[in-house]
Amino acid sequence: MTILAIDTSNYALGVSLLEENQVLGEYITNLKKNHSVRIMPAIQTLMKDCERVPGDLTKIVVAKGPGSYTGVRIGVTIAKTLAWTLNIPLVGISSLETLASGAGRYFDGFVSPLFDARRGQVYTGLYQFENGQLSVVEQDQLVMAVDWAAKLAEMTKPILFVGNDLPIHQSKLEEVVGPKAFFASITEHNPRPSELALLGRNKDGEDVHTFVPNYIRLAEAEAKWLEAKGKNSNG
Amino acid sequence: MIKDQYILGIETSCDETAVAIIKNGREIAANVVASQIESHKRFGGVVPEIASRHHVEQMTIVIQEALNQADLTFAEIDAIAVTEGPGLVGALLIGVNAAKALAFAHNIPLVPVHHIAGHIYANRLVTEMKFPLLALVVSGGHTELVYMKEHGHFEVIGETRDDAAGEAYDKVARTLNMPYPGGPHIDRLAHEGSPTIDLPRAWLEEGSYDFSFSGLKSAVINTVHNAEQRGETIAPEDLAASFQASVIEVLVKKTERAVAEYGVKQLLVAGGVAANKGLRSALEKTFSEKTDLELVIPPLSLCTDNAAMIAAAGSIMFEKGIRAGLSLNANPGLDIEIYND
Ligand SMILES: [Zn+2]
Repeated sequence: MTILAIDTSNYALGVSLLEENQVLGEYITNLKKNHSVRIMPAIQTLMKDCERVPGDLTKIVVAKGPGSYTGVRIGVTIAKTLAWTLNIPLVGISSLETLASGAGRYFDGFVSPLFDARRGQVYTGLYQFENGQLSVVEQDQLVMAVDWAAKLAEMTKPILFVGNDLPIHQSKLEEVVGPKAFFASITEHNPRPSELALLGRNKDGEDVHTFVPNYIRLAEAEAKWLEAKGKNSNG
Repeated sequence: MIKDQYILGIETSCDETAVAIIKNGREIAANVVASQIESHKRFGGVVPEIASRHHVEQMTIVIQEALNQADLTFAEIDAIAVTEGPGLVGALLIGVNAAKALAFAHNIPLVPVHHIAGHIYANRLVTEMKFPLLALVVSGGHTELVYMKEHGHFEVIGETRDDAAGEAYDKVARTLNMPYPGGPHIDRLAHEGSPTIDLPRAWLEEGSYDFSFSGLKSAVINTVHNAEQRGETIAPEDLAASFQASVIEVLVKKTERAVAEYGVKQLLVAGGVAANKGLRSALEKTFSEKTDLELVIPPLSLCTDNAAMIAAAGSIMFEKGIRAGLSLNANPGLDIEIYND
């Protein structure tokens, strides 16, 4: 069993190789650079260093979003193409779940991984580790950071926030959520591609041809078109 | 015995997800195009984000279909050719990254192809190219005259300074309240009317092979607007005929002058607007009697965006030794002259 995990869904670029019960190798950068230029060379270098060839791979796991539309598509396109052409299973994992998994394993409470989505919004969800298993408390969503903070303020458990975009929202979260709010260390803010591989390890493969990213949002033009269509049919 | 060469081409620069396999540079072994036009029609034009999303949905399906059609496996493919640019960056990225994944998975060379070079090489699927030649490229995004002294060498001698011909067609169609894409509608309507309305022809400065269609487009819009203000109606078929006459006259006259000046053996027509019946018949009328010049216009399916043309161009670039590494990126503003020696 040799799993290749790929994450280009946000600024962090990650690749890992997980074999049986060990992480063979892992590559992460957190740079505002072009994923399309760097991801395939990163995969190639990691596999070469680990002395593995494409034919050795038994599964592809990919971060399927949310995140940058273009970024998510780059990773998903490569993952789909590799899985299809090597005839191996493809598993998609939430980019937020990957982030929560890395930071929250030993945290007693809820984990809120987040990516900034501009104009005061965040992509986030709520996760929890119970007996070593990560479960979803609130589905991944696009939400105003202030609304999210207000919702979490009502919760009884402490909440761990994680993500490289925390500085944008941290003071608001602190203010609204209060002493129940905890913030992960900077070493935990990059989604770990080895966590991604682990999350997908025991999952069944999905249909490669129909696999699509989880954008969360409709394309703007489509949302407007649906809105206009709804108005026309109502009156 | 010489082994057959098979090039798998991938094209995703706009709203067609296309994969093809070309044998020995000239024979179509497979040619699959998944068009998104039905999806974009509701928006009145191609929406880049929607196009990118559809490409992700279609990419592996279309690759599989092409291999099935050709009854080949990657073991028999000599190179993967992919459109590097120009085009919509998000759309190009899907083809480029799928191509890189395939090249990596099977350890096959990766060949970058310029989209317009592809359009020109669609002609090689019809007949062998004879140099020197001139290509008239007319599409939704391009209006260019390209001179080729030999395979894989492109010299742009004229290009549009504003709107591409196809773009002008779409905008005029919108003025006449026609659905997207407007080109075929204008072409059809033009045949029902006569060019009775006086519209400008942009010749630009003496000797220039460049084009400009934005003035013509504005003249059409003004004509409609002024008639409306006077409470008159203009017959849309006459307006379409007059507009088309202006576009075609400029295209044909400049091409005719370039053909004579450069002394070419062949005139190739390329791009989606080459499907235009008015343009086809005007070119045939002007050039078919010239015994020292061969006029080539590919069939409709090879004029619009497809991957057979990318694989055909890729075959020549592959033979020239042009390769891309796994860091290949989409380049929306790629220059066609970049791979000249
Ligand atoms: Zn084109």
